[in-house]
Amino acid sequence: MRVELRQIYKYFGAVRANDGISLSVEPGTIHGLLGENGAGKSTLMKVLSGYLAADRGEILLDGRSVRFSSPAQAIALGVGMLHQDPLDFPALTVLDNFLLGSPGTLFPNRARARRELERLAAQFDFHLDPQTPLSALSIGERQQLEILRLLWLGAQVLILDEPTTAISAQQKDKLFAALCRLAEQGRTVIFVSHKLQEVEELCSRVTVLARGKVAGEAEMPCPTERLVEMMFGQVVSQGRRPATPLGEVVLSLEGLTVSDWRVEVKGLSLEVRAGEVIGLAGLEGSGQRLVLQACAGLRRPDAGRVRLAGQDMTGWPYERFLTSGVVYMPAGRLEEGLIPGMTLTEHTALASRDRAFLVDWKAAAEEAARRIQKFNIKGRPETPVEELSGGNQQRTLLALLPHGLKVLLMEHPTRGLDLESTEYIWELLQKRTEEGTAILFTSADLDELLDRSDRLLVFCAGRVQLLEARRTSAQQLGECIGGKGFDG
Amino acid sequence: MDLTIFLASVLAAAPPVLFAVLGETITERAGVINLSLDGTILFSAMAGFAVALHTGSVIPGILAAMGVGALVAGIVALASLTLRLPQVATGFVLTLLTRDLAYVLGNPYVRVPGPQVPHTPIPILSEWPAVGKIFFDQDPLVYLSLAAIVLVWVFMFKTRPGLMLRGLGEQPTAAYVRGADVVRMRYLYTLLGGALVGLGGAAFSLLVAPGWARQKFEGIGWIALAIVIFGNWHPIRAALGAYFFVALQTVATNLQSAMPEVPTQVFPTLPFPLMILTLLLVTVSSAEWMNRLLGRLPPGLRRTLTRTIQMLQTVPPAGLGKVPKRE
Amino acid sequence: MTERSASRTQDRLLRLIGVVVALFLSALILLALGTSPLEAVALLFSGALGTPGDLAAVLTAWVPVLLCSAGLLLTYSAGLWNIGIEGQIVMGAIFATGMLRLVQDLLPPHLALVLGALSGIVGGMLWATLAGLLRLYGNVSEIFGGLGLNFVAGSLVVYLVTGPWSRPGTGTTSGTVPFPSSLWLPAFPGFAVSPIEIALALVALVLVGIALRGTYFGLRLKAIGKNLRSAYLLGVPVNRYLLAAFALCGALAGLAGWILVVGASARHNLFPLISSGYGFLAILVVLLANLNAIWVLPISFFFAAISMGSLELVYEKQLDSAVGSAIQGLLVLSVLLTQGLQRHFLEKRAGRERARPSAEEEIGS
Repeated sequence: MRVELRQIYKYFGAVRANDGISLSVEPGTIHGLLGENGAGKSTLMKVLSGYLAADRGEILLDGRSVRFSSPAQAIALGVGMLHQDPLDFPALTVLDNFLLGSPGTLFPNRARARRELERLAAQFDFHLDPQTPLSALSIGERQQLEILRLLWLGAQVLILDEPTTAISAQQKDKLFAALCRLAEQGRTVIFVSHKLQEVEELCSRVTVLARGKVAGEAEMPCPTERLVEMMFGQVVSQGRRPATPLGEVVLSLEGLTVSDWRVEVKGLSLEVRAGEVIGLAGLEGSGQRLVLQACAGLRRPDAGRVRLAGQDMTGWPYERFLTSGVVYMPAGRLEEGLIPGMTLTEHTALASRDRAFLVDWKAAAEEAARRIQKFNIKGRPETPVEELSGGNQQRTLLALLPHGLKVLLMEHPTRGLDLESTEYIWELLQKRTEEGTAILFTSADLDELLDRSDRLLVFCAGRVQLLEARRTSAQQLGECIGGKGFDG
Repeated sequence: MDLTIFLASVLAAAPPVLFAVLGETITERAGVINLSLDGTILFSAMAGFAVALHTGSVIPGILAAMGVGALVAGIVALASLTLRLPQVATGFVLTLLTRDLAYVLGNPYVRVPGPQVPHTPIPILSEWPAVGKIFFDQDPLVYLSLAAIVLVWVFMFKTRPGLMLRGLGEQPTAAYVRGADVVRMRYLYTLLGGALVGLGGAAFSLLVAPGWARQKFEGIGWIALAIVIFGNWHPIRAALGAYFFVALQTVATNLQSAMPEVPTQVFPTLPFPLMILTLLLVTVSSAEWMNRLLGRLPPGLRRTLTRTIQMLQTVPPAGLGKVPKRE
Repeated sequence: MTERSASRTQDRLLRLIGVVVALFLSALILLALGTSPLEAVALLFSGALGTPGDLAAVLTAWVPVLLCSAGLLLTYSAGLWNIGIEGQIVMGAIFATGMLRLVQDLLPPHLALVLGALSGIVGGMLWATLAGLLRLYGNVSEIFGGLGLNFVAGSLVVYLVTGPWSRPGTGTTSGTVPFPSSLWLPAFPGFAVSPIEIALALVALVLVGIALRGTYFGLRLKAIGKNLRSAYLLGVPVNRYLLAAFALCGALAGLAGWILVVGASARHNLFPLISSGYGFLAILVVLLANLNAIWVLPISFFFAAISMGSLELVYEKQLDSAVGSAIQGLLVLSVLLTQGLQRHFLEKRAGRERARPSAEEEIGS
């Protein structure tokens, strides 16, 4: 089935997720859709799969204009999508998941569905026990099931949104083999990723998105440099972080193993010295957040130790980390950083380590006003935080950080900030490092990672590489994030 | 006491709690909490009795009670699904309001004798020794309650819409992707669950404790809500919980006559500390200190304990009480 | 500008509609029971404010509602549903009665009263803390824990009244032996509500109001209620604060329990159902006041007036005593629903506005 998207527009408030994107994909091919976080890939694919309605634009299947009002309608017309976070039911069994949503009579024929599932699974060499609860399966197996289900429902176009973020190498190989088979059968596969290596390995043609627009298209094979350039634009280095004299070891990880339901970071050892800046690079969900949370005492390590200035803190609660001078600044601004419904003044008072009983609201408002000015926040002391723009919320979070920290852990510290305030934030952070604070931060911005860090920890599906920031080029980092250089 | 008579009396007294528990299980499986059960049962019991009295027949009474139950559930659904108000707030206010309305509107019917569901032994089958006495020498609502357990179970676990219902409360977004109109389905199952709760009310005033009076069935709704949790949102386990509760009640009533020195008001409240303990038993395993405690035990003991606790543990539908964001 | 003022008028109109709908439904119910609504209003009014004695009765009901509302402001701010408040009142009454029985013959009345109050506070606190511990360390929702504890407290009273504390010779549930008048809170003749009761309730509300507005304690509590995760990451010791909210609310409920035993118009003994539903009424008050301590004052007075005024209606028209609380429930439900409707429409409007830029873009391009 030939897929054509014409001039797709989709805005979320002021954010232009898709800003006039056109794309066409030939049947029997695997088409890569590349771009960094927030480039608009997922939005575009959600539009194509009927999950989101575009503000404007047209979708054509085999030349016929179609309009979906729901994902169910899209799959009925042959377009199925495998979402990045699996949209399935962990509490139900494999067979129930396979059956759920399929059309048919009141009492589904389970025996037949089971045979169908087994027949399809055998085709792709997948091994799924129909009676197992889904929660016992790995992400890779859940994907396999979802692919089989979509095929069973008659999907001619299969969209896979970042399918390899959380699966093992063997499962990846199996997945790729299956995708190649599907293309051979004449189906259309759209492979959304930002791992260059995989796209190079799998796709016959690639479209690169950046900031909601098509940044370029290329037939594969294509030199990696060109793809990197299309993805990240011209990398304009602001100049690397000046070498700062480093102090004692403030934070050390010894054989740290942390995991959640999708990814495991195994046996990470690292020593961070006072004043050092370490950038955590990698795709969203590759394990960076796990490591940051373990460093803050927010996640109990499965194995290994976390030491602060020599003292073993493994297993201590977050409060102890906090009083020992560790602060964690999360990415979810309104979810876990700020408190919607409270004003900037209230946040200022809340963040102050004042031991007094009564709040001096006048002083708090003045302090809030000072910080508003200092951090260039577009708001007033009495503004509730949910009314601030995303960038201003981020600046507020930074404005609330206490002084005299040993370790500062940040997720995407400058996401959504303009150049000027980014520069300003880093000036402030630089001062903090001069005072001896060590900083660990995650970022999706290669420039930021390269220019602000001493060392880089690159994560790929839980595996970790350590790079010297000053001896790494944007090219190398981009390839590394894309999975090059990891053994196995 | 004769075991046959005991079991028969448990079965006979169970329909109110049973219908309420099954109804709420359906509602919560769809992801909505109808907290108003305690008042809804009273209100529908009163309405059912009043309508039965006026019409002289129990069937319109039962239908009216189901209608009242669905109506209250409809307000819960409107408030939480359309207006996105916190489910606890409206649920609690409705608990009090429906209770008070039942008392106010039911005032003229207090202790008035009225119709009740007739005892209808099933010919031949009831002659069957023991089993016949327990299962087939009962009232139509008892037969219906037994059928309801099976029906709800078959619907939930054997049919296509039942499968979607289970998905609905688990992952509404995924259910949407698979073709469900999430809000409409949730309305539907909330109304259906409410109607069953109403049927439970009717079973009170037309069968188990015929007639209407103040404070007759207060507290039962809360017990029913707790049984839903204990039942792990599974109709069979929930039904067993309901029978267990009614059996305890029956035992307590018998004990009471055996121990006249204990004040009569004490026994009816015994279920409540039991309710707290039961809830503690089924939820405590997710507490962090429990894991830490288990971690310190010797491996053999730990394994046994962990297994026991996990068997008892109940897990609510992942989407329970949450209203998904519109995209 | 005109659009905004128009929308504000619309908001007020909607809120007014909520009250009107509640009144209309109440009128319908009264009509169904054969009572003219206008007559009912007159009876309500005269029942509540007809004589100084009536006013004193309203104030007597107002005091425990106010105390409980003050306590509930704390738990509600922290995002907790302290439905166990009824049991906390009862526990306060039990502890107060127990202490008074213990010391009434040993100590001077004033001292005994004070000890009774402290004991009541401890009782309420204990019961609330138990609900808190169940919630925090047993994962038992405070709704079920609190509710179960309500029934337990209730049966404890019945046990005490008919058992160890029963009146000599009788085994009825009418209550314990009344305390002598030296252990009653003093009141002016003809106006049977003690200034001490009113003062305590007002002081409690003021203190809670100050705590919520002006202290770090209140600020952190509100932060927990609005976003527990963020508050935790900002360094608020969440569990300790939640327990404190429970304990303080229980303390105020316990104080209310003490007043229900020793208050000027009280029955001066412990009896079943001593809490009279004041705790649940306070939950409605706080829901309606939407966390605003100042609004609690008139709303709780209004509700107390309905509760007391409806007694005359009940008496004159032979209605059920739940008439008052049914009207209160209707009011709260209608206002909640209209507030929801209002937000619903606001969101819809905001949704339309958000869609606008793309429309403009279309014209531009």
